[in-house]
Amino acid sequence: MKKLLKYFDGYKKYLFLGPFFKLLEAIFELIVPLVTAKIIDIGIANGNRDYIIKMSIIIILLGLSGLAFALTCQYFAAKCAYGFGTKLRAALYRHINSLSRTETDRLGTSTLTTRLINDTNAVQTGINMGIRLATRVPFLIIGAIIMALSLDIKLSLIFLVTAPLIAFIIYKIMSRSIPMFSANQKRLDRISMLTGENLEGVRVIRAFSRQKEETEKFCNASNEFSRHAVMVGKISSVLNPVTFMIMNLSAALIIWAGGYRVNSGGLTQGDITAFVSYMTQISLALIVLANLIVFFNKAAAGAGRISDIFEIKSSMEDGNSDIIPFEAPVIEFDDVSFSYAGSSANSVDNISFSLKKGETLGIIGGTGSGKSTIANLLPRFYDATEGCVKIYGRNIKDYKLSQVRKMVVSVPQKASVISGTVAENIRMGKSDATDEEIIEALKTAQAYEFIEKLPDGINSPVLQGGKNFSGGQKQRLTIARAVVSKPPVLILDDSTSALDMQTDYRLRKAVSENLSDTIVIMISQRATSLKNADKILVLEDGRCEGFGKHDELEQNCPVYREIVEIQKAGE
Amino acid sequence: MKTLKKIFSYTVNYRKNLIAAVIFAAIGVTGSLLVPVLTGKAIDFIVGKDDVDFPQVGKTLLFLAASVIISGFSQWIMARNTNVLSCSTARDIRNEFFLKLNKVPVSYIDKNSKGDFISRATNDIEIVSDALTQGFTQFFTGIITIIGTLIFMLVIDFRIALIVIILTPLSLICAAVITKLSHNAFTKQSVIRGELSGFSDEMIKNQNIIKAFGYENKAEENFERLNSDFGSAGLKATFFSSISNPSTRFINGMIYALVGMTGALRAVSGNISVGTLVSFLSYANQYTKPFNEISGVISELQNALVSAERVFDVLAAENESDDSMLPDLKKPDGSVAFDTVDFSYVPEKPLLQDININVKPGQRVAIVGPTGCGKTTLINLLMRFYDTTDGRVLISEQDVREVKRDSLRSSFGMVLQETWLFNGTIAENISYGKPDATEEEIINAAKSAHAHSFIRRLPDGYNTVIGENGGSLSQGQKQLLTIARIMLTDPPMLILDEATSSIDIRTEVKIQQAFEKLMQGKTSFIIAHRLSTIRNTDLILVMKDGNIIEQGSHEALMEQGGFYSQLYASAAAV
Repeated sequence: MKKLLKYFDGYKKYLFLGPFFKLLEAIFELIVPLVTAKIIDIGIANGNRDYIIKMSIIIILLGLSGLAFALTCQYFAAKCAYGFGTKLRAALYRHINSLSRTETDRLGTSTLTTRLINDTNAVQTGINMGIRLATRVPFLIIGAIIMALSLDIKLSLIFLVTAPLIAFIIYKIMSRSIPMFSANQKRLDRISMLTGENLEGVRVIRAFSRQKEETEKFCNASNEFSRHAVMVGKISSVLNPVTFMIMNLSAALIIWAGGYRVNSGGLTQGDITAFVSYMTQISLALIVLANLIVFFNKAAAGAGRISDIFEIKSSMEDGNSDIIPFEAPVIEFDDVSFSYAGSSANSVDNISFSLKKGETLGIIGGTGSGKSTIANLLPRFYDATEGCVKIYGRNIKDYKLSQVRKMVVSVPQKASVISGTVAENIRMGKSDATDEEIIEALKTAQAYEFIEKLPDGINSPVLQGGKNFSGGQKQRLTIARAVVSKPPVLILDDSTSALDMQTDYRLRKAVSENLSDTIVIMISQRATSLKNADKILVLEDGRCEGFGKHDELEQNCPVYREIVEIQKAGE
Repeated sequence: MKTLKKIFSYTVNYRKNLIAAVIFAAIGVTGSLLVPVLTGKAIDFIVGKDDVDFPQVGKTLLFLAASVIISGFSQWIMARNTNVLSCSTARDIRNEFFLKLNKVPVSYIDKNSKGDFISRATNDIEIVSDALTQGFTQFFTGIITIIGTLIFMLVIDFRIALIVIILTPLSLICAAVITKLSHNAFTKQSVIRGELSGFSDEMIKNQNIIKAFGYENKAEENFERLNSDFGSAGLKATFFSSISNPSTRFINGMIYALVGMTGALRAVSGNISVGTLVSFLSYANQYTKPFNEISGVISELQNALVSAERVFDVLAAENESDDSMLPDLKKPDGSVAFDTVDFSYVPEKPLLQDININVKPGQRVAIVGPTGCGKTTLINLLMRFYDTTDGRVLISEQDVREVKRDSLRSSFGMVLQETWLFNGTIAENISYGKPDATEEEIINAAKSAHAHSFIRRLPDGYNTVIGENGGSLSQGQKQLLTIARIMLTDPPMLILDEATSSIDIRTEVKIQQAFEKLMQGKTSFIIAHRLSTIRNTDLILVMKDGNIIEQGSHEALMEQGGFYSQLYASAAAV
């Protein structure tokens, strides 16, 4: 967590100035009871009206300067907290971007978004509150004790016992209730999970007439949550009454003991009033602190979780060589095996093949046969568990990642576009692409036919998640984005599944015509789409069941033959 | 007001807690109000050197101690009771809410956003629960405190009391003005926060393409722009809102000074004692506090009323019609008929019109047609998830509206394109329709759905817990599990709505054999787009724009040369 401190850079001065102004405010606040005591002891005792008025004006002036100091502090606090938060968020986002897919898969998108938005917010709030209030509280308490000591040491002993006692009680109650409270938050999450599940499954649940059981399951979770909420409440309900009692009983004690001191002439009546005021101040300050602890707890938890993310280092080391084209197979799988983190079985097993410039490779196989894994290993989204992936005869790990990904461009199964314009989306593939290049790429991807019809053409907006385009249109946009840079290696991972056969055919034709030097790797369920590939890789359960041309495979690969026959029969 | 009444109607079961909370709140507040009076009185007996009336001081302090202890205990009892009251009320509302979700027609759930329902079941009800606690501890005791303080001050010295009463609104006005100022800043901040979190969500979800295109730098640039906007908006909002506390504190300080001055001047004239002045000063401090608290709580209470309304809106929704008095569906022979059925989801947009279908027992029926033509709607009507607008749906010559829903639905086995799995083990998910199935039966069902081999490879086999909606399973694997679920129940009729759309072709062929066995002699409805599947059915319903434009066997329809034959030819041509 200490590592987060560096994001205070540039705001450190506020970290000290804020509390400093708060200190000034607290000092002024502490002087007020003294002035009141003076009014009683000098003003009233001597019947001096001018003195009383003068002193009252001083109280108001003290308040006014207190206000000025407080506002200065609040401003510094907000400035520091938001400065810190903004820097932290930016750094966290950069860090998340630097992680490899192995890590982001494991963490999950919702977790990362929560860290990035909610947790940084909690830390930010914690810092803000910390500067504003948490410093005020100790100042007030210590100040009140010092003031009391300066008035009368013996009477102050009561303070020295009471204040730690109240602090101790607050600590005890909080340290028990806060963990219980956060544990109960998880029960609430379960409630929302069950509600969501029930709504999603409304048809299935009713089809099987399981409403009663579902309701029972929910009520159990709900009752459990409620039971624990009552328990937490029981513990925290003690806090206010107990501090109230301790504080007021000590005040009574002060008056009693103070009576003796006044009687012997050591103190005045006004001093006693001041003492009682300080007592009130201390306990109020402690209660404010207790209410703040929740914020700090949240902030600390958030900071912890953020640090955890910072601790995670990308499992992928960047290489430092440039890619230099070389007369060798452009890409090569050398006995590659791979398993996803946390999975016991390999997704692909001992795969070997190589491809030369301009060749096309088709990959075919069932669900879970490892097709997409191969598509993920080539741009080095993941590193092979065993064996190695080579580019121009050299291990892919030696090259700079940025260059590898420029060279190998893949179009994933799930077409995702980002919000912005069509042109912006295409320019992701080539940041300096001209409008002509964009149009050419759209034409290759058979996307220009519908983009052309839009009122703003290539500058038409793309909504978040690409909601304003159909599945097939999105697929074509993602293909355009991939072909705009005419990359040496293009992977189409079942990326035309939503297209009708005609468009699919035209697209494949355009790709092979316009990107003649490109190695195209095409993953598909349809044997017909792959028929003309130079080589076809047949996968089953991660193993290579055949590798060769369509005709060869039809003759000597039973799995391939089966696929072709089924599809012929079906269509 | 109606909402408030309704909230209180839920507290009826906890009337004891409610009454106890009210009584002890009153006692607690009165006790705490006595404290300044008694403190002042005690100080009055401590005048100066050799002028202290110890017996009187002692007596007053004993009173003080007694009222402090009584008040403290009362506060504690009140807090415990409000806690039980609010938690239990929230629980009752929540449980009723969930029960309601299972009673409303499916159409009601389809019409509304799921996230919104979830938010009502959790956030909104929690807000109501918090407000009940706050309402008591701060609103109720706050009001008692204000009234009590007023009475005490007026009784002690009404002139000073008037100063306090006249000046207090100042602090309230000040707080209100600042709240209004910061409200705008907060709105702006939350708008930007929405944008920022939307952006982050999108960018993190699309991590794969960001990486694939080396788009990291551009994304970071955009993020930083939004981020710094958020930073400056947040700075403003936070600063404006933080002005309120010191400002009201300053005004309270002013009131304190004025009370002190007037009081002291009156003390000089001998109208009041020093002790009274001290009590007044305490009251001046105490009096403004509940005002600030109440103004804070009021916005929370308003929030809570809105939340409560959102919850009660759902509770007030109409239930599915009562079928408890209706007979069970008599053993279905498998004949199904649609008799001049009209249906629409929204009155102004008629969907199905004058649908007539006659399915004989054991027939296999395919429903084909373009997207949105009403295929899935037929199934909604068969399962009585929706009721027809006009006309009747008959199963074995019994109107579906005249039998118990459960008996109707359990006579169908249904596999939908949208798979639904819940948070639980694989075995629990498979046995969902038959909770008492043995392990062997479950494994057999999984085997016939061709799910066994992948389940076996999972870390805990059949006991592997799968996350919400299938977690890490692929779409195809999820479909296999929902198919296994139906294989286990073996119902008299089947509905397969694109049941194998995400399964690869070889597995599908294998499952088809299992379906074949399952469908043996059963009436089944199949929505599919694979022609081989459609061709092998007894009756094909060709739908377009909500009408059945052709029906008959494959051969008959091909001969007819209509829409179906065109559809078939164009699909087979490629």
